[in-house]
This record gives sequence, structure tokens and C-alpha cells, in this order.
Amino acid sequence: MAAKEPSRSSLANDPRVRGLLYQGLLAAALAALLAMGWRNAVVNMQARGIPMGFGFWDETAGFDINQSLIPYSALSTYGRAFWVGLVNTAVVGAISIALATPLGFAVGVARLSPNWILSKVALVYVELMRNTPLLLQLAFWYNAVLKTLPGPSRSLSFGGFALLNNRGLYLPRPLFGAGAGFVVAALALAIVGGLGFAAWARRRQALTGERAPVALVSLVAVAGLPTLAYFAAGEPIGLSFAKLSGFNLAGGLQIYPEFAALTFGLVTYTAGFIAEIVRAGVLAVPHGQSEAASALGLHRSATMKLVVIPQAMRLIIPPLTSQYLNIVKNSSLAVFIGYPDLVLIFAGTVLNQTHAAVQVMAITMAVYLAISLAVSFALNLFNARNALKER
Amino acid sequence: MAPAPANTIVAYVRAAHEPALPPPLLSRGVIAWVRANLFSSFLSSAMTLALAALGLWALPPLLLWATTHAVWSAPDGALCRAHQDGACWAFIAQKLDYLRYGSYPIAERWRVDAAEIVGAALIVWLLWPGAPRRGLGAALFFLGFPVLAFVLLHGAESVGLADVDTLLWGGVFVSLATALVGIVFSLPLGVLLALGRRSELPIVRAMSVVFIEFVRGVPFITVLYMANNMLPLFLPPGWVPDRFIPPLVGTALFAAAYMAEEVRGGLQSLDKGQTEGAMALGLGYWRMMGLVVLPQALTRVIPGVVNNFIGLFKDTTLVAIVGMVDFLAAMDNAFKDTVWSGPTILPTGYVFAGLFYFVFCYAMSRYSAAMERRLAVGRRG
Repeated sequence: MAAKEPSRSSLANDPRVRGLLYQGLLAAALAALLAMGWRNAVVNMQARGIPMGFGFWDETAGFDINQSLIPYSALSTYGRAFWVGLVNTAVVGAISIALATPLGFAVGVARLSPNWILSKVALVYVELMRNTPLLLQLAFWYNAVLKTLPGPSRSLSFGGFALLNNRGLYLPRPLFGAGAGFVVAALALAIVGGLGFAAWARRRQALTGERAPVALVSLVAVAGLPTLAYFAAGEPIGLSFAKLSGFNLAGGLQIYPEFAALTFGLVTYTAGFIAEIVRAGVLAVPHGQSEAASALGLHRSATMKLVVIPQAMRLIIPPLTSQYLNIVKNSSLAVFIGYPDLVLIFAGTVLNQTHAAVQVMAITMAVYLAISLAVSFALNLFNARNALKER
Repeated sequence: MAPAPANTIVAYVRAAHEPALPPPLLSRGVIAWVRANLFSSFLSSAMTLALAALGLWALPPLLLWATTHAVWSAPDGALCRAHQDGACWAFIAQKLDYLRYGSYPIAERWRVDAAEIVGAALIVWLLWPGAPRRGLGAALFFLGFPVLAFVLLHGAESVGLADVDTLLWGGVFVSLATALVGIVFSLPLGVLLALGRRSELPIVRAMSVVFIEFVRGVPFITVLYMANNMLPLFLPPGWVPDRFIPPLVGTALFAAAYMAEEVRGGLQSLDKGQTEGAMALGLGYWRMMGLVVLPQALTRVIPGVVNNFIGLFKDTTLVAIVGMVDFLAAMDNAFKDTVWSGPTILPTGYVFAGLFYFVFCYAMSRYSAAMERRLAVGRRG
């Protein structure tokens, strides 16, 4: 093989040799930079008395966290505080994603509505949300809206169902009595049954072309079975409403203003972006598709459901996923309004108390990175499965 | 069946034009538009009426709040506290200088103005598609202007401008300066990273991928925290960077990773024949990239790059977390003035800040959309 290659005037002009040389130089420079940084870090950390290891993980934290879903007190360890922050971040992220998706889809569909006034209202919403900083919106909701609400004795009431005041939003808290397990089990059964029915209907449609009323059957099952179980088990689930006692409200499910502002802000902000993704996805489906569908005699809603949306989803899902990741990353703005998320607790308080900047930041970033990479991996799998099967 | 008389001519073809009828009233004009766009169906009509009612209920009070009921000038917050149904623009008027310059010495504020005016002029030059010699404008903006802005804002004894400590910096110009640093450094860095990611050299590619994916996978706040808390640790002992340097480095690196992905999209959209043609002409890597590939790829990604800048500009609000007083942080500081305390101060301030960001970002997004249409027209031919 080597004999066939034309002889070169100089080894320095061989692209492979040069490539190796450049890369070697680059790698050496990076290694030198890292080594120098590391040596500086060791010297600096020793000079400032900063701990080098992860020993702080098991030390007592000594600070309180007002919102925690897992048991935590000031006597817990820094490691425990980390988990509290992680759980809080996950809760805000999950709830915001669950709420932003339907809102974003609704606004995106409204943007495409033939009703002029509706599409313009949606346009104004989208432009307002997308062209102002999220931090400004969060500060507005938290400082200018929630904090200026009246106190508990003069709460705003939403039909007696929910109460809103400057200490947060009070929702009814479900009380699970004996036999509540039956209701939960019935709900699980209904969901599994609905999924099974959908799978069966899909198979049957592929074989025979006949369609089954999946949505109706699932709805009846999910709503009906738990209701039946509820009455059969003797109404085991009640609701506790918040009531004024003294100067504060007692009972109910209190949602702290920090959490409420963060979730509301994240949801309304991200919904603006999701709306544009949905709109772009639907518009990108060629017009011939819906024309062909109406030529086949499908009416407008069936055209949307069976022809346009399945094709639009292929375009919507990748950017939608990156919006979900943005929600998780943007939830770190919690630090500005005092919601105890991972960044506020761990990269904030724990870092300031232990001074272990390198370790704490490495852990914090690793968490976000792990979430991002896991979601990207899942998305790649999804894309591979749903890519256009071209001839 | 009776035969027609032979000498009568029966013409069935009309010789003269019948005058055109006006179009039916219901398919043209205002009524038709209203029918088609507001009352096309029962659901649409209901939606129109509901939204119109909502608008009538909500918009007039909002407009009155911002205009007639608002307090436009007052020496302190007493008048605003008395008029709680209107905005307190007097507060903004009073604090406008602080919001623009922070605690920058009053005698030196012309330097900030000068930097802003030069920057604005260069940006118009750079963005206006019909402007002459845009290459020169770009060179001035990316190479000359940062130096000029630094000298003007920070001061340099050699040209007779007194040093102004960054502790005194604040307000709008800090937001703009942060965005400028992000733009000026992220574009070249992003191009390099994008080229690195598409390079055939495995180590270069791996380094670019790791950097891009790492930065894009973490929140901006953690990058700022890292820059603030960790960067000083990695510097040689005794080196103490200015307190603005770590967050600005963080901003530039963060923006570069996003820019790289945008540029990579442009590189990927380019036909392979372009590089092959350049190679056939005997161009080396850098000349091929600089003369053939990048000019085309970068033109294609202008809309995406501008959209990135919108995100960057909005993200500059986060630098407040590491102690930089940007516009929003200046607004928060202004809220703390007890002379102006009152229930209308916060909404007024946030609405004003929202308008400020909205004007900038909306203008950029319109520009981006216009460029997108322009490029689409150019490519269709």
C-alpha cells in the first residue's frame, strides 16, 4: 500500500502527520493548563483552609429548610440537604412540565385558529412571554403580585375551593381513610385497562381498518371505576379545607408563595415557547396532506387528529424535549425568589458554609448534566424509532 | 318542431357586455371579513364575544392605570401613595439616572453615553443590509469597539480618563456591556467550537463536543456560580481578578456553546460540493473555511444567531446573582428607597423594566424574522 502513495516532498506537508502534530500540541496545552489550574487550586485551597475531600457530606448542616418533601431538620447532614434540594427541583420541574405542555399546546392551537381575535390574543401572549426575561417575570409574580396580596384573614377565595393570600395558595388536602387503597387500585386498574384497550384497538385497526372509540372508553373507565370503588368502599376519601384559625389558616394543602410564583412563572414563560414549537410543527406539515385528507372525505377534526398531528408530532417532540430541559435548568432561578431548590440549598447555602466550592459545584453540575444527557439519550432513541421510513 | 322563418336571424350570442354586478355583499368587504374571521362558526362567535367582553373589562382600566390615573411627576412618593389606581411614573423619572448609570460618577457619565452612542451606530451599520462596507463595520464592532468601550467605561490614565471602579458600575449600561462581551466573544469562540465539532481530528472533535454538551447541559446560574467561586481558585495565588471578570468569562463561555450549535447547523446545511470545490482549487483548511464555507454558513444562520442574542440579552439579568448591578438589579435597589415606598412602585418598576427588555428583544426578533425572509428569497433562485 505504502508504495502506491505518491512520494511527498516533506513529511511536514502530510495532512495526517500535521493532524497528529496539531492534536498533540492541543492536548499537551490543555493538559498543561489543567495541571497548572489543579496545582493552583490545591495551593489556594490549602491556603484558605478549604476542605479537599467530600467529608462535609456527612457533617451536620445546621440550617433549616422551610419546604421539604423528605424528612429534614437543622440536625440533618449536608448530604440530606442535597437530597431535599434535588427533590424540590424535581417537583417544580415535573409540575411545571405537566402544566406548561397543555397550556403551550392550547396557545399554539389558538395561534392557528381561524378566529382573528383569538389568534391575535395568542400572538400577544407569545410575544410578551418570549421577549421579556424569565427573571423579570418571576420577580413580578413573586414581589409585585403574591407578596402584595392581603393577609390570611382577608384571603381571596376561589369559590371556597382554594384560598389565596400572601402566605401562599391553599388547596383542599385529600384525606385518605381506610379503604382508600381500593379507589387507588381501581384508578390503576382503569389506566392499565385503558392502555390495553388502546393497544388492542390499534392492532385491530391495522388489521381490519375498523376504529374503536378509545378516548370514550378510556375516559369512562378512568372516571367510572374509581367513582364506583369510592362509593363501594364507603366514601373513604375526604377533603380538608383551609380555615381561618387565629391569625393563620389551618388545614388544607398550603402551597408556598415561592413555589407558586416559580411554577406559575416557569409555566407561563415556557408555554410561550411551546406554543411557537407547536405552531411551527403544524404549519410544517405540507398543505397537500390536509387537502388529500379532505379529498378522502375526512372532516376537519379527523384530518387534524389522523393526518396533521401525527406528522407534526415528529417535528414537535425534539424541540419540546429541549424546552422540558429548559424548564429544569430554568428552575434554578428559584434562587432569586427563595425557593429552596438544588442551587439555592446546595450551591448556595452548603457552598457558603463548607467553602467546598469545587466539590459542591461539581456535584450540582453533574446532576443537571445527568438529567440533560439522560433526556437526550431517550430523545435519540425516540427519534430513531420514529424517523421517517423512507424507501 | 315548426321550422323557423327563413328570413329572421336569431342570434344567441350576446353582442354587448352586460354591466358587471357588484360582488355579493357577504363575500367581500368588512362584513365578509368579520364573518370569516370572527363569526365563522358557533364556537368562533362565542370565543369572539367572550374575548371582546374580556378586553372591554380589562383593557380600559389598564390603559387608565398607565396614563390618566398615573402620577407623572412628584418630588417623592406621597402623591403616588395617594393615587393608588395609577402607575407612579414619577418614580421612574426620579430614578432614571440611577437606572441608567448606577453609581457611576456624575461627572464621568458622558463616557457611558459616548460608548452607547458609538455602539448603537456600529450596530446599525452592522445590521442594516444595505449599508456600505459592512465588513469594516463588523471589524470595528468586534475588534475596535470592545477596546474603546473598555477604555471609556473603565478609564485609562494614559488618555486622561480617570479610573472608575466596577463597584460603581450599574444599571442599563452594565446589562448592555455584559451582552456586548457575550456577543463579541461568543461568536468567534462559537465558530471555532463548531469547526472543532465537525473536524476530522478526533481529539479536537472530542474536546469541542465535551465542552459544548457540558455547558449546554447545565443552567446559566451554575456557570456563573462556578466562574465566581471556582475561577479564582484555579488562578495562581495572588492573582485577584476584577469582580466583573469571572461572570463575564462565564457569560462568554456559556453563550459560545449555544452559538457553536447554531453555527454547526449552518455548516451542516451547506452543500458538500462547496468544500470539495474549494479543495479542488487547492485551498488549505483555513482559507477554505474563511473564504468559501464560513461566509455562506454564517449568512444562513444570521436569524438563529440573532435569536441567540435575544436569549443572551435576557440571560444577562442573571448576573445579579454574583453581585453585578445590571438594569434589573438597579431597579430592585431603587425599590428599596423608603422615600418612594408605596403599593404602586413595584408594578410600575416591573412594567417599565418589562417594556425596556421587550423593546430590545422584540426589535431583534423582528430583525431576525426579516432576515429569514430575505435569505429564503435569495436561496429560492
